[in-house]
Amino acid sequence: MDCISAKYISQKISKTRWRPVSAASLQQPEVFATGSWDNENNKVSIWSVGDRGGSTLDGDLDEEPQLLCDSQHEGDVMDLQFLDQDRLVSASSSGAVSIFKLQSDCQALSLAHVWERAHRCSCNNAPCTAIVCRSPEIVSVGEDGRVILYKADQAEVTRVIENADSSTIHAVTFLRTTEVLTVNSIGQLKMWDFRQQSDSPAQILSLTGDRMPLHCVDKHPNQQHIVATGGQDGMLCIWDVRQGNTPFSLTEAHSAEMWEVHFHPSNPNHLFTCSEDGSLLHWESTSGSDVSTLLQKGWNSRVVSQSALSLAGENDSAVSAWLAGDSSKSRLEATHMLPSQTLSVNSLDVLEQCLVCGTDGEALYIHRQVPV
Amino acid sequence: MEELDVEPSTTLVPAAGVLQKHLGFEWGPGDLLVYETNYKLRGSSSAGSPLVHVVRKDEDICSPILRKLFNESHLIFMGLQKIKEDAPSKNKKTQFVSISRNYRSVIRACMEELQQNAVTAQDGSLASQYGDQVSILLAIELIWNLCEVLFIEAAPAGSLLLHLLNWVRLHKSDVDTRAREVLQSENPTQHPAYWDVVTSLVLQGRMDEARQILSKQASLRMESSSVFKRMDTLLQTMPIFNPAGAQTLTEFDVKWRHWHEECDRCLQDHTFASSAELETLCKILLGDEDVILEQKDLMSTWYHFLVSRLLFTHPTIKPPDLHYYAQSSMNMFLGPRATPEPLDIILLSAFEFDLHQVIKDCSIALNNWWFVAHLTDLLDHCKLLQSHNLHFGSNLREFLVLEYASGLFTHHSLWQLAVDYLDHCPEFGRVYLELQIERVPLDTERKANKVLRICEDRQMSEQVRSICKIMAKRALRNNRLGSALSWSIRAKDAALATLISERFLQDYSNKGSFTDLDVLDNLGPAMLLSDRLTFLGKYREFHRLYGENRFSDAAKLLLSLMMAKIAPRSLWMTLLTDALPLLEQEEVIFTVDQTYELMSCLEELNSGTKDSNQMEQEEDLESTKTELLRVALARNLATAIVKEGTIET
Repeated sequence: MDCISAKYISQKISKTRWRPVSAASLQQPEVFATGSWDNENNKVSIWSVGDRGGSTLDGDLDEEPQLLCDSQHEGDVMDLQFLDQDRLVSASSSGAVSIFKLQSDCQALSLAHVWERAHRCSCNNAPCTAIVCRSPEIVSVGEDGRVILYKADQAEVTRVIENADSSTIHAVTFLRTTEVLTVNSIGQLKMWDFRQQSDSPAQILSLTGDRMPLHCVDKHPNQQHIVATGGQDGMLCIWDVRQGNTPFSLTEAHSAEMWEVHFHPSNPNHLFTCSEDGSLLHWESTSGSDVSTLLQKGWNSRVVSQSALSLAGENDSAVSAWLAGDSSKSRLEATHMLPSQTLSVNSLDVLEQCLVCGTDGEALYIHRQVPV
Repeated sequence: MEELDVEPSTTLVPAAGVLQKHLGFEWGPGDLLVYETNYKLRGSSSAGSPLVHVVRKDEDICSPILRKLFNESHLIFMGLQKIKEDAPSKNKKTQFVSISRNYRSVIRACMEELQQNAVTAQDGSLASQYGDQVSILLAIELIWNLCEVLFIEAAPAGSLLLHLLNWVRLHKSDVDTRAREVLQSENPTQHPAYWDVVTSLVLQGRMDEARQILSKQASLRMESSSVFKRMDTLLQTMPIFNPAGAQTLTEFDVKWRHWHEECDRCLQDHTFASSAELETLCKILLGDEDVILEQKDLMSTWYHFLVSRLLFTHPTIKPPDLHYYAQSSMNMFLGPRATPEPLDIILLSAFEFDLHQVIKDCSIALNNWWFVAHLTDLLDHCKLLQSHNLHFGSNLREFLVLEYASGLFTHHSLWQLAVDYLDHCPEFGRVYLELQIERVPLDTERKANKVLRICEDRQMSEQVRSICKIMAKRALRNNRLGSALSWSIRAKDAALATLISERFLQDYSNKGSFTDLDVLDNLGPAMLLSDRLTFLGKYREFHRLYGENRFSDAAKLLLSLMMAKIAPRSLWMTLLTDALPLLEQEEVIFTVDQTYELMSCLEELNSGTKDSNQMEQEEDLESTKTELLRVALARNLATAIVKEGTIET
């Protein structure tokens, strides 16, 4: 835990996101954005952890993050995503979706465009709960159950799916270029294809008989059919969206709401989850023959292993470690990444070897040597 | 603690009560609401101002830097609560001391940041505000440190003075800066502050550093080097008690007396007559109180004087004797006529080991509850507050922690911290939490989920219900029926679920189709919450079966809805009309028995409720429907009899 540095920033943190690094360079990320919630004046802030201009000899790991710039944000920051290196999209509890422009030297952040009241009910605004970006497209979802598609450089909304959901949509992710996956507060996953004109989902997956709300979703970076979701009961589910409509596996990960789940973008055998119970877990999935002792209390007992037969017929190399149904061959190890647990860890982001997370205790934690 | 011993201070509320209006007020947990009343004074007839003023005593809670203090100390507080009751007391003491140091280091960190901000602040008033906060934190840290030495460490004679010396050194740290200045100057011995620094160091018992600076002088003045050598030896040989060593107090006392005599001899034979400064130093070493008092400016506070005085007169002071010296030192230092500041009184109470007085005075003097709540909690864990009972509430610790937590709850963002504090108030914490948690404004479902988690973890089912109900009502207002239904199911509120189900059915009869199918098709066991909801779920299932062309299943379900009296009477006609297409199918769906049952339903409906007020037109429609149904039923009965007869043969 020595490589973790913490900083108290006097605002409850709802989101933390690394600024993407250019694909060509192999450098570690240095700049990240945070969003606050539940404050009288909420902010989107940009921070740096790099030793900018300083000595790079031993890469001082204890260095505190420095605030570079910030910008007021109307309403709670419900979600935050980098569109590209210098554009940042935020979702607000006021129902607005905003694009912020970050100067290339990261010294100023300014509002570039707002879609006011993108999410609304008959008379009130409805909070926008999540966004997902795939430049230039942005998709937002909200408590009003609508799915909205925007193009970053167009002021007009591109497509609205009214009544996409009769309950609240909590999270959204892109599966393919035209397909998004949403999760809602009654435990359903819905797949939407923007090529189709109808406003009904292409597919609905759900945990049968269980109306446990789902709060987060992330897809495997390489294998688009593998999706991880986290629910209100802290359950981590791995789904194969091609296979039936029930999850491939269930793991009791946390004891309270799982707020975010992220596959490691370049090493997807690693998964990170954070939760209201104040913990941040690092999951490592390996396909090996050795049976870990961790298996007994975690993975093994909770796994609802399915359809090992149907998978066996497929090309073996395509079977991800996450879908290796035979639990005696796969193992999943979880490690706690934070020194102490009290208040909720609301958000995390991981890029290369760097991880940043933010809590309701107003603390930012940065880990710069994640073992992946 | 019942007597009121200070005059309450006056706070002016700007723009309130200007026209001789009476003021009314209402207490809140952290603030006071003040408004002008309509009470008429003679002659005055002007209308009162419609404003309500919020008067808050505790402004610190809004300071962004102090928020760090609240958050970090929350973590320490939680750690402290986890220390096991049954742990061996020896271990516990070191744990408590380290927790106390953690608290102090958080205070120090905040203080440093405030200081930096005060320096860089452009705005004068802002800078002075920061300055005020720094001085408050300084005082807090000073008191806390002293309490740590006296109560938590509870140092015995001997090591007590060492701790007090450290305490003074930490809070009179400008000596270090001046010493550095002197040493770094080109000609240290000629520096105007040279002797001040030496004397200050001696007064703080930092003999080695004093010797180091003195040696500069010795090396210069060859002729008097023997004199300096003598002083150097005196300083070097001054016995310092070593609590870790095997030395007993008596042994130390003998050594110290011996050294004291040595100093006395030096003074008697005028060794230092050549240098007034050295002679003064020698007198200080001898514990000459008047000479020490002359160095007032170097010590700047009476408690520094106290510690320096004890160092050279009573190095093995016992805790019970402390208060006598404290009182006399304060009187000597401040003079007979000076009125002591609140801080002086608090420190004096601490030296008198009067914990309750310390806490009481701090509560009055400081503008926030943070300090007293955390200190009292720590002292309570050290089992130092057992004997005291309040006339109200449960005990002092809980009273103060409750006050602090209630203050936090009024903050729009820090309320989450307060929950953990209330958890550790065994007697009233729960009641406070129950009352406060319901009043947290809920802007988003995510926040509602967080609040619900807090309630559910503590089995506060009443609050869970009410919060879910609020969310359900809000969704209903926004016409989000599916969402509303989910919330009412989570609230387990049957009445509300019935209400929402009615809305669904109403929508159905208006539009002819169901909305929010994703919710209705996935009700599962939650359907059993209320009869109307069960009906809604089952009725939707009928439509689904019908849509899937599973006619006989659909027919069975429809009939059972009426026979089991799940369907409300008002909807029977709709249900029977729904049966019409099934009756018209080519293939026989309703059996003979089922047809009889349908018929009896229809007759029951017609016989019982003839409402005379019904519109004629409506009645016409109704009777047409009835006629149609009768025909269809009769026809179905005929074919069913034929069919069933055929199968039997």
